[in-house]
Amino acid sequence: MSAIPDPKHALTASGNLRRRQLVSRAFETATVLAAALAVAVLLILIYYVVKHGVSAISLSFFTSDLPAYDGVGGGIGPALVGTIEMALIATIIALPTGVLTALYLSQFAGPRGDRILRLMLDLMAGLPTIIVGVFVAGLITNRFGPSGLAGGLALSIVEVPLIARASLEAISRVPQILVEASDALGMARWRGIVGVVLPTASSGIVTATILAVARASGETAPLLFTSELYGQSFSVDPRHSLASVPLEIFQLLESGYSASVSKAWGAAFTLMVVILAANIGARVWLRRSERKRGL
Amino acid sequence: MPLVTQPAMNSAAAARARGARLNRLDRRANRTLKWLAWIGGALVFIVMFLIAYQVIDGATGAFDKFGVGFLVHKTWIPAAGEFGALTYIYGTLITGVFSLILATILGVSIGLFLSLMAPRRVAVIVGPLVEMLAAIPSVVLGLIGIYLICPFIASDVEPALHSVLGFLPLFGAPQPVGNSLFTASLVLVIMVVPIIAALTRDLFLTVPSELRDGAEALGSTRWEMIRGVVLPMTSSGVTAACVLGFGRAIGEAIAVSQVVGDQPLDHLDLFLGGNTAASVIALQYPSAVSSLHTSSLFYLATILLVFSLLVNFGARQLGRRSLQGR
Amino acid sequence: MSLTESPLPSEGVRPRVRLTDRAPDTAVVERREPVTREVVFHARGVSVHYGAKLALDEVSLDIYRNYATAFIGPSGCGKSTFLRCLNRMNDSIAGFKLGGDLQYYGHDLYDARVNRVEVRRRIGMVFQKPNPFPKSIYENIAWAARNLGMRDNLDERVERALRDAALWDEVKDRLKSSALGLSGGQQQRLCIARAIAIEPDVVLLDEPASALDPIATASIEDLIHELKARYTIVIVTHNMQQAARVADKTAFFSLDQARVGTLIEYDDTPKLFSSPTDRRTRDYITGQFG
Repeated sequence: MSAIPDPKHALTASGNLRRRQLVSRAFETATVLAAALAVAVLLILIYYVVKHGVSAISLSFFTSDLPAYDGVGGGIGPALVGTIEMALIATIIALPTGVLTALYLSQFAGPRGDRILRLMLDLMAGLPTIIVGVFVAGLITNRFGPSGLAGGLALSIVEVPLIARASLEAISRVPQILVEASDALGMARWRGIVGVVLPTASSGIVTATILAVARASGETAPLLFTSELYGQSFSVDPRHSLASVPLEIFQLLESGYSASVSKAWGAAFTLMVVILAANIGARVWLRRSERKRGL
Repeated sequence: MPLVTQPAMNSAAAARARGARLNRLDRRANRTLKWLAWIGGALVFIVMFLIAYQVIDGATGAFDKFGVGFLVHKTWIPAAGEFGALTYIYGTLITGVFSLILATILGVSIGLFLSLMAPRRVAVIVGPLVEMLAAIPSVVLGLIGIYLICPFIASDVEPALHSVLGFLPLFGAPQPVGNSLFTASLVLVIMVVPIIAALTRDLFLTVPSELRDGAEALGSTRWEMIRGVVLPMTSSGVTAACVLGFGRAIGEAIAVSQVVGDQPLDHLDLFLGGNTAASVIALQYPSAVSSLHTSSLFYLATILLVFSLLVNFGARQLGRRSLQGR
Repeated sequence: MSLTESPLPSEGVRPRVRLTDRAPDTAVVERREPVTREVVFHARGVSVHYGAKLALDEVSLDIYRNYATAFIGPSGCGKSTFLRCLNRMNDSIAGFKLGGDLQYYGHDLYDARVNRVEVRRRIGMVFQKPNPFPKSIYENIAWAARNLGMRDNLDERVERALRDAALWDEVKDRLKSSALGLSGGQQQRLCIARAIAIEPDVVLLDEPASALDPIATASIEDLIHELKARYTIVIVTHNMQQAARVADKTAFFSLDQARVGTLIEYDDTPKLFSSPTDRRTRDYITGQFG
């Protein structure tokens, strides 16, 4: 049987091993190429955004009013303000909701409630964002007109599942021994949760919130129907329509004028810088705080 | 709640009184916290039901007029009041399936690379880089799609593919403009690959090292170990990850809307334009010409919502089976 | 340390070794150190570093063909480390570096041109904790054989392996059922069966019975006696009595003054247990430590 090698032969491939190792190596190469392709695509995308967007950046770009219909002049000032404001509104709604939901699941839920609520969270996480936009349009904008509040609400629907899931994970990672110790000390349950569990999980919750805000700030579809289409000016009143950066990019693209397009690149560059910085920052921060805690 | 035994530092009576005070305040606080948490969960419920209700409610006009035939009607002409979802259902499915196939191959390969093959130092850098692909906002991808990807597809990719695979009706003659279902699929691949890569990487890491050692000790190559031990053990989880990726793909509106071409679909050619349900809603809702138009868009949204819920539910079930199998 | 300096009393103290009921393998006694028995592994001054840490030092011994060789000694003194050097299974551990000379039939095991996968094909291993694949019993055994191209008569091959591992009668009616449904002892015998199904030259066993109950342990030991005829066996065990029962030659590992694992003594099993040369060996065997 050629499959049984003579043990005293040199320790090189016997039988069909050479062919099998060729196959294995080909496979390994393919996976390396796949990973390299993904990284290359990321770098190329970033490069092009920087290349086309940097030229539009200036202080006036960030502070000027929105450009006219043909894209000449102006900047993304109102859009920046609107994005920040709506992200704030969204987080004010989503952070307590997400953390409380996570608390319910980890501390108070019975088996059936747990199952159903987790299902709802998963479904909410998988919702197409355009559906969220259509929902808010039907519920609020059709009745009360576009507003920053509606936009904030739409974004909060995007944020809640992200914050809830990550908070749940962070809370679950609190060592059981801490919870038991506070119980044994006769601490009331709420003290244990507020004084021990939440602080220990706080780094995870904060990271989750930063990532959720970064994600929500980049969303267009939920806001498509909550803002005035054009002619948006500086406004901080959430009861009125607010602009937002991704939505502004979308509208600049749809208009098609070349001046609009170059502003769109500038806005895209700004958005990317902020979002990537938030992502990297959140990761680094999480790693550092976990190391400090010895987790 | 465990019984509290206070150290006998004060008199027993004072201790008892302190204990009683503790209990009344704390009991109320406990209850409040429980109710607050319950409200959080209830809000999630309420919102999900409201969404379903609102979307279905908005569709009633179109549903009353077209019924279920809406799903198989091909024409969509707002000005004439004629609406049919078939074109967009097709567009959604074909871009979804095409991008899913590519994203699965790439995503699972990257997942295997990050978990089983890359040295730790490499995996620690490449992993987050791949995940960052998912952080790119869809509108930025749309922008890059129009000005970068479409021209590239039109000038280089379409001719190449047509010359090799042109016998398939899917790959017809190269078009002058790159906006097409094909380009939309590629943009979706960029969005879905990081999802599948991250999920499958975590899955493959759960395969116990003793099993991998056992396979190696039997003189198997790395590929044989992966194909014979790792993949079979994680198959339902990998499938769940792919289904989740599919859900992401069919739900994407903004990036697709910029590159998909928006032509009526009476062809099988990927290089021609088309549209997906999500994208058409994004493009037409703000400027809808009639309430029937709006209602038809809501009808499309209902179909999309049902798809999405089914897909996500299915992914969970698959994922649960993979957890139990361990 | 010679025996004249601190002689063992000729009566009274017996080494705490019980021979099994079966007659001792008299063939071993007769075959004492034949010049003609083949050397499978030749180790000279072998050392192991994990990064900067020295884990094992100065191991020199020869392992003979168709012998069962046991490595005994207290925990953490390098027995398993050295065993895993024999089939290059330490390679995946970060910072691993082997010093000295380790040869297999005269070929340098750690030469740059050596094909690791080929090494493991010829030198198989059974692990401490049974690790069957989550497949059927049949598939556990057939999988590696199929990879190696042994597709003809696969059924016979599987049956033979199971018979040789003394598992056939227990599982012959449920070959398609999951291997995870077997008991611990059965799973370990399955792991042995799948190792020998591909007909290796050497079988390394890393504490194969430590996770098993006494009855399962006895069946594993019986197995080793049978397997010696066709394979070279090297077994790591922390159970001295087990070594005395199954091994032809035994190597005693322990920590030296610098707390580094090393080989203390290596000899025919009866001699090592009845009249060990080194004091440390004697202390270990008579239970004074470890």
